[in-house]
Amino acid sequence: MDSHTVAVRRDEETLHHEAEHPPYLRHHFETVEQQREAVSFGMWLFLLTEIMFFGGLFMAYLLYRNWYYEAFVSASNTLGIGLGTTNTAILILSSFTMAMGVYSAEMRNRRGLMLSLSLTIVLGLAFLGIKTIEYHEKFVEHHVPGATFSIEDFVHPKDSRDAALAPDMAQHAQLFFFLYFAMTGMHALHMIIGISILFALLWKAYQGNYINGHTATIDNFGLYWHFVDIVWIFLFPLLYLISRHPLH
Amino acid sequence: MSHPTLEDDHTDHHIVGPKVYGLILLALMAMTALTTGIAFINLGVFSPIVAIGIACIKATLVILFFMHIKYSSRLMMLTVGAGFFTFLVLITMTLSDYMSRAWGLW
Amino acid sequence: MSTIVRLPNQQDATLPRVSYLNKEYGLKSWLLTGDHKRIAILYLISITFFFFLGGAFAGLIRLELLTPLPDLVASDTYNKLFTMHGIIMVFLFLVPSVPATIGNFVLPIMLGARDLAFPKVNLLSWYLYVVAGIFTVSALVLGGVDTGWTFTTPLSTHYLNTHVVTAALGIFVAGFSSIFTGLNFIVTTHRMRAPGMTWFRMPLFVWSHYAASILMVLGTPVLAITLVLVALERTIGIGVFDPSKGGDPLLFQHLFWFYSHPAVYIMILPGMGVISEVISTFSRKRVFGYTAVAFSSVAIAVFGFFVWAHHMFIMGVSNYSALVFSLLTMLVAVPSAIKIFNWSATLYKGSITFETPMLYAFGFIGLFTIGGLTGVFLGSLGMDIHLTETYFIVAHFHFVMVGGMLMAYLAGVHFWWPKMTGRMYPEAVSKLAAVVTFIGFIITFFPQFVLGYLGMPRRYHAYPPEFQVLNVLSTAGATVLGIGYLMPMIYMTWSLKYGAIAGANPWQATGLEWQIASPPPTENFLEIPIVDHEAYDYEWLANKTEHEVTTVG
Repeated sequence: MDSHTVAVRRDEETLHHEAEHPPYLRHHFETVEQQREAVSFGMWLFLLTEIMFFGGLFMAYLLYRNWYYEAFVSASNTLGIGLGTTNTAILILSSFTMAMGVYSAEMRNRRGLMLSLSLTIVLGLAFLGIKTIEYHEKFVEHHVPGATFSIEDFVHPKDSRDAALAPDMAQHAQLFFFLYFAMTGMHALHMIIGISILFALLWKAYQGNYINGHTATIDNFGLYWHFVDIVWIFLFPLLYLISRHPLH
Repeated sequence: MSHPTLEDDHTDHHIVGPKVYGLILLALMAMTALTTGIAFINLGVFSPIVAIGIACIKATLVILFFMHIKYSSRLMMLTVGAGFFTFLVLITMTLSDYMSRAWGLW
Repeated sequence: MSTIVRLPNQQDATLPRVSYLNKEYGLKSWLLTGDHKRIAILYLISITFFFFLGGAFAGLIRLELLTPLPDLVASDTYNKLFTMHGIIMVFLFLVPSVPATIGNFVLPIMLGARDLAFPKVNLLSWYLYVVAGIFTVSALVLGGVDTGWTFTTPLSTHYLNTHVVTAALGIFVAGFSSIFTGLNFIVTTHRMRAPGMTWFRMPLFVWSHYAASILMVLGTPVLAITLVLVALERTIGIGVFDPSKGGDPLLFQHLFWFYSHPAVYIMILPGMGVISEVISTFSRKRVFGYTAVAFSSVAIAVFGFFVWAHHMFIMGVSNYSALVFSLLTMLVAVPSAIKIFNWSATLYKGSITFETPMLYAFGFIGLFTIGGLTGVFLGSLGMDIHLTETYFIVAHFHFVMVGGMLMAYLAGVHFWWPKMTGRMYPEAVSKLAAVVTFIGFIITFFPQFVLGYLGMPRRYHAYPPEFQVLNVLSTAGATVLGIGYLMPMIYMTWSLKYGAIAGANPWQATGLEWQIASPPPTENFLEIPIVDHEAYDYEWLANKTEHEVTTVG
């Protein structure tokens, strides 16, 4: 056996070893498949905790919506349905772009991945921008719960189609706005965290990561992003669509 | 040497394509328009039911296709189910207390 | 007295040359470790610190209660004492006790894995625990919290100006520490079992931790959001829990107890896992009804989510609701009872020896049974009206948590101590400590059942003089109990340097952790084992021991 064939054999062994143990395989896992499934499972379990975390807020909302329905109707009607619907569409589109990002990573398409991540960032920022406009509106209209809250709009509504509330019921509109800010605020916090991670992912994608078969990070971030989208899918009808006035 | 685990629930790594994603996107957009439009129609007690129903369908589509559950192992499906089940327990059992109280506005 | 302990010849026995303890040196190698065994030791140290802190508060409480008059501390201070005792003991001791110290250490090894699924998340878990501890100590140092560990509204949101938010923040962070531990265990159990290690070959310890982990992952987030709402309520004051502004204080309680009831199962299930291992080993017999015990763990976890309002029977829930929750509470007692029956059946016709872990296990069975049965009394509506918010409740939960869980924790620490350190603790003095603890416990807490029945309310630091005798008895017991808990601190520390070399399997136990060196190497197994025997298979162990030469080091 001459040295040439020995050298060739060792190269084959190294290649085979690297195919079985790529550098991103952590030492406590036996195979890449095991690692991928474990990480994905871990991410889903984390999302379960998020379901239960938001669950508490949904419970509070359901209770007070039923106790103070009139106040919730009036308060909900002060939210801009155009902006709300637009935001819902933006977020759904961003879920699409994120899913396309996962596809690009799996197809080892670096530019496609970077484009998808960038679009997702832009859409996410657009969502937050609209939310800022909405929050500002509420502040200006004295609908922010607490010291600056005014029941004027509810006791003497400007729009003739709105029902006038008794003062004590009008005070309960604060509960609606508290839950509005708490739920959309918690949601926005998750969006901000998500967008920050997206920037990091975009940078790493630019450096050539995620397109070598190790798409787990993009996959699992996608799960997180879709979950944040799902929370909004429920928040939108609950907060914005409580008995809108019929169109004339 | 690799020692795969005995978990019998392995799935092939199924890659979902742009066509599926595109269809789901259109469906989600359509349902968003639908739910906003329906909000202006007075359906009485059915309004919240329809709204939540549409939201549930949208969420299901996102979970099945964008989050790949349709192509995942039974364990993942069970996990998602367990999460929603626990959420429902919180909501229904708490609400059952409120709904059965003499005072309150039920 | 006979013993199954078989130690290597102490003349020439040594610890393994390289183990997880000395593989790397330096503070950084410990504080940045991914090794589940090192993280377990980090937890062991921090948990012990908080146990003694919480215990110190208990001592002060019992001291105050020696006399009927409020003469030791001011009223507000007394409230702070029992609040801090509760918060520290529940969130910083009991919840992480077995899972984070013993579970972290042995669970991967029991499954034949090299580590948990997410070592970095495991380390994060410990850091979150430390941060939680810092917040809690800060709340203490800044002046304390006096709401009771249950943070009942609107007292906690509107009528107190103590450091509720700081404490709530601490518990919030501790909650995430717990969540990440549970998440790690679930993924590891599903995905990292060695070849041949089917679900029904796993030690029952793993089943209990799996069930507890489900509770951690699904229940704890609700506590987190509840604490956020309390904090927001305190800062903005909207009225989400304030009746004068249209809120419902009971909403807080629904959300709080939705976690806090499963929390008690999070606390006890891992302890039950320890008991299964200990009872089997010291009866030389497989656990009777393995499948029943395994499924009952999961049943406790599932049913545990359906019974939370039994903490709220007198708070204003509807009669219908109280009825349903009472019925479900009766049902949830059944799986726990199944375990007790199965452990008893394991003992029957077993070759029983009375090493220290077994003493603690016997203590557990007796005391947990009493505590559990009194829980059934409390679950029945008529009795609860008289017994709730009295010392009967205090006695009930101390029987299950201290007589039950803490004894199980001590059993576990003693049982796996040789594995973790390579050394045996001194058997005679440890047996004495176990007996002292048991006696001290009974004297401390049994009188409290009587006190509660006679009507002494809980969380009061002044009481009618006719209750003094029982209170003095209880405090006397607490002193004995304190001694019983201090003793292990001393002799366990002593054993680190002077204890006998234990060898790989001093207890002749089955289980993969006993087939590797004590202390284990960092990677646990040189080669991942292929499992071909059932759990608690003592014949397999006898066969194996016959055919191999046991070497140490």
